[in-house]
Amino acid sequence: MRGITKRFPGVLANDGVDFEAAAGEVHALLGENGAGKSTLSNILTGLYRPDEGEIFLHGEQVDFHVPRDALDAGICMVHQHFRLVEPFTVAENVVLGDHRGEGRAFRLRHRAIERRVGELSTRYGLHVDPRARIWQLSLGEQQRVEILKALYREARILILDEPTAVLTPQEADVLFETLREMANEGRTVIFISHKLHEVKAVADRVTVLRGGRTIATVSTAEATPRSLASLMVGRELESITRSADPGGRGPGAAVLELEGVWAQGDRGDAAVRGVTLDVCAGEVVAIAGVAGNGQRELAETIAGIRHQTEGEVRVGGRKLRGDPRAAQAAGVAYVPEDRLGTGVAPSMSIASNLVLRSYREGYASHGPLLRLGAIRERAVDLIRAYRIAAPSPSTSARLLSGGNLQKVVLAREFSGKPKVVVAASPTRGLDVGAIETVHAYLRDAAAEGVAVLLISEDLDEILGLADRIAVMYEGAIVGVTSRADASVEEIGLQMAGGHDPRED
Amino acid sequence: MRIERRLQQPRWLLFAVPAGSIVFAFFASGLVLLATGHNPLPAYRQIFDAAFVNNGAIGQTLIAATPLAFTGLAAAAAFRMRLFNIGGEGQLLIGAITADAAGLYFGGLGWPKPIVIAAMVAAGCAGGAAWASIPGVLRAFFKTNEIITSLMLNYVAAYLLTYLVFNTNSYWRQTTGFNASVFPTSKDLPSNALWPALTIHEQGGIPLPLGAGLAVLAALVLWVLYTRTRFGFEAQVLGDSPRAARYAGMRTRRKILAVMAISGAIAGLGGASQDGDFRQTLDADPNGLQKQYYGYTGIVVAALGRYNPLAVVLVAVLIGGLQNAGNVLQGADFPSGLVGVMQGIILFSALGGELLVRYRFTFKRQARAETVEATT
Repeated sequence: MRGITKRFPGVLANDGVDFEAAAGEVHALLGENGAGKSTLSNILTGLYRPDEGEIFLHGEQVDFHVPRDALDAGICMVHQHFRLVEPFTVAENVVLGDHRGEGRAFRLRHRAIERRVGELSTRYGLHVDPRARIWQLSLGEQQRVEILKALYREARILILDEPTAVLTPQEADVLFETLREMANEGRTVIFISHKLHEVKAVADRVTVLRGGRTIATVSTAEATPRSLASLMVGRELESITRSADPGGRGPGAAVLELEGVWAQGDRGDAAVRGVTLDVCAGEVVAIAGVAGNGQRELAETIAGIRHQTEGEVRVGGRKLRGDPRAAQAAGVAYVPEDRLGTGVAPSMSIASNLVLRSYREGYASHGPLLRLGAIRERAVDLIRAYRIAAPSPSTSARLLSGGNLQKVVLAREFSGKPKVVVAASPTRGLDVGAIETVHAYLRDAAAEGVAVLLISEDLDEILGLADRIAVMYEGAIVGVTSRADASVEEIGLQMAGGHDPRED
Repeated sequence: MRIERRLQQPRWLLFAVPAGSIVFAFFASGLVLLATGHNPLPAYRQIFDAAFVNNGAIGQTLIAATPLAFTGLAAAAAFRMRLFNIGGEGQLLIGAITADAAGLYFGGLGWPKPIVIAAMVAAGCAGGAAWASIPGVLRAFFKTNEIITSLMLNYVAAYLLTYLVFNTNSYWRQTTGFNASVFPTSKDLPSNALWPALTIHEQGGIPLPLGAGLAVLAALVLWVLYTRTRFGFEAQVLGDSPRAARYAGMRTRRKILAVMAISGAIAGLGGASQDGDFRQTLDADPNGLQKQYYGYTGIVVAALGRYNPLAVVLVAVLIGGLQNAGNVLQGADFPSGLVGVMQGIILFSALGGELLVRYRFTFKRQARAETVEATT
């Protein structure tokens, strides 16, 4: 790909990007959010057309008008959010849209397709039952279906967009083996990521994008995580490895106490199963775990949005039970995982969203009436204090970028002088700069004596912030370690339920 | 050509698009008029004169606009919380029934006029609110779709009204006098239950019905409620994102009940105004209250007014004028159906124009797409 330029209203997403990948290599595309990785891959798969630039495939210039052109040329992509039909079986999904082979037949020859899918999955170690229906599968298995789909179509080029986001460390290792295997057969694997150690682990070469431009293409053998990181963010990072213990501050009294808490999930199943955990003042306790193991439900229970069916939640000694106002009054701040749907009311203004949880208080309302002037002033102050990039306090929240949206949520939650902060995946989908900001706020809160419960899937984040690490698996805490004793291997193993998929 | 979402909605568009929609609607209706053998320009002149210029035209227009303002406000009040109250029609009818009962009863007791009128207003609001509370309760406690329940209750209300006029033992039925022996009819309100109208002495007098004043008052109250109060704030958050509202500790069920009741009360007040201001009886004749479909037109009015209470009143006057003109001009050379056609075209252009507010069209050859997607 040469000189690829792509403009969007107000954004130059790709600015003369050059990119090349050879047959038989795993080539990583590294960059922060908004660096132009997704745009570039969308151009390569024919989803967008470039404003300028040329694409060459095996030496010949190609011009993709629609995604099917790219598919026909042997380019397949595994998106971050899978493109699978949930009620269909694995085999059906694999042939779906395959207009050249079996998928073209009026009546599907299920037996033959299933056999072929079975063969492929054995050969590449992508274990999944061809007859299983998608909704029955874990995210890791669904990802294997996506890769099988590409293999079934005999893709020459496979693009994976942040494939490890949904995987445990062990599952990721298995995926990397598969990708190596595919490259060894002469296919090209393009691996999009912003995780440095993965890039080091799997890729032969790496192209770093920043601000829509190609910064460098380097061989991973010569690169270090530190050199890649500075290429990616364009400056030296303070420290991307785990920070030293922030001084000998001993934790204070337990502020948040959970005792045998059970809670139901949205489908009425027991999502939280007897969680007992204390978080002390000035302490950061992290809950590690693969998404969907009851972390969200636990966070919502503490925030009073969900009723516990059994057990006790105490904040500062006060018992709480399924009432968000009482939880808030007791000093629980909650940074929800779903920023745009739960954290804010998206079409309302920033000013409104900043008082979303405190509009009943004296400064914001006088009896039934709102003090609009005071609300606006407060918004102006908070926008300045938290450096929220927004045209005005009356801008709709939905128009903000992920990082600024999260700052709105943090500004609101931290300005309420909380005793406990529950932060669920607070940095998911943010770029490195915004992640650092969020981490700084969490650290500062703990330094001021707030009890912080951090829920995250990102082990780097957990190891960088937490004093103690609890691992949650299928609704229960399966292990608690202090940071000093923590090992990534051990935590990874616990996250996967103590079962190592490599032993399959 | 591509359609893409606007990142910012320019303020001027919020005014330009409705204005443009109306211009376009007149153009498109002009084609219809031409096709049916009318010269559009004189026809529009006729309509405008009949609606706003001729002797007594404004008075008639206000009479036509008053019920539309009420039902429009009712729909707008619910929609602010993204509740679709399609039941303004039924709530208006029930409001008319209860207000009529109050007028007959307290008027019959010979109470002073202001008290009788106050009782009618209260009864109308209560009746509408109660009727709207049925879909409200179903929605709040059983998550029933309020569009369907409120719509279905319109038919129940209409049949109930007919029944109350026709049933021999009905309190509302006229049982004495010559007319009553020919065809079933409802009792006339006593004179101390008739609502007064302010007359502006200009062009032969413009009557300003009490109901019109109440509609403006209701619009102001709604506007304050939704822009200045905690209640309105909560309703907006709930409409925008129920999960965010739950997270903020808002009481969802209570709010649904309250908003439906307010919406119903406004529609019910419209029914009371129909009874006290204009009809002075609960009638069931072929051109009676059930045949006016104020509730449904009100939804159109609310949509055209973008659910802003003050704009809804303005739109009600415009649509009221159009309907009034349709009635006046109805005849061999001006089929009244044309006004209905125009109304429909106006609505379609306005809803189509909404697309222009939120999206923009580009006519470049290169493809573009939404920025948000590009930066994921």
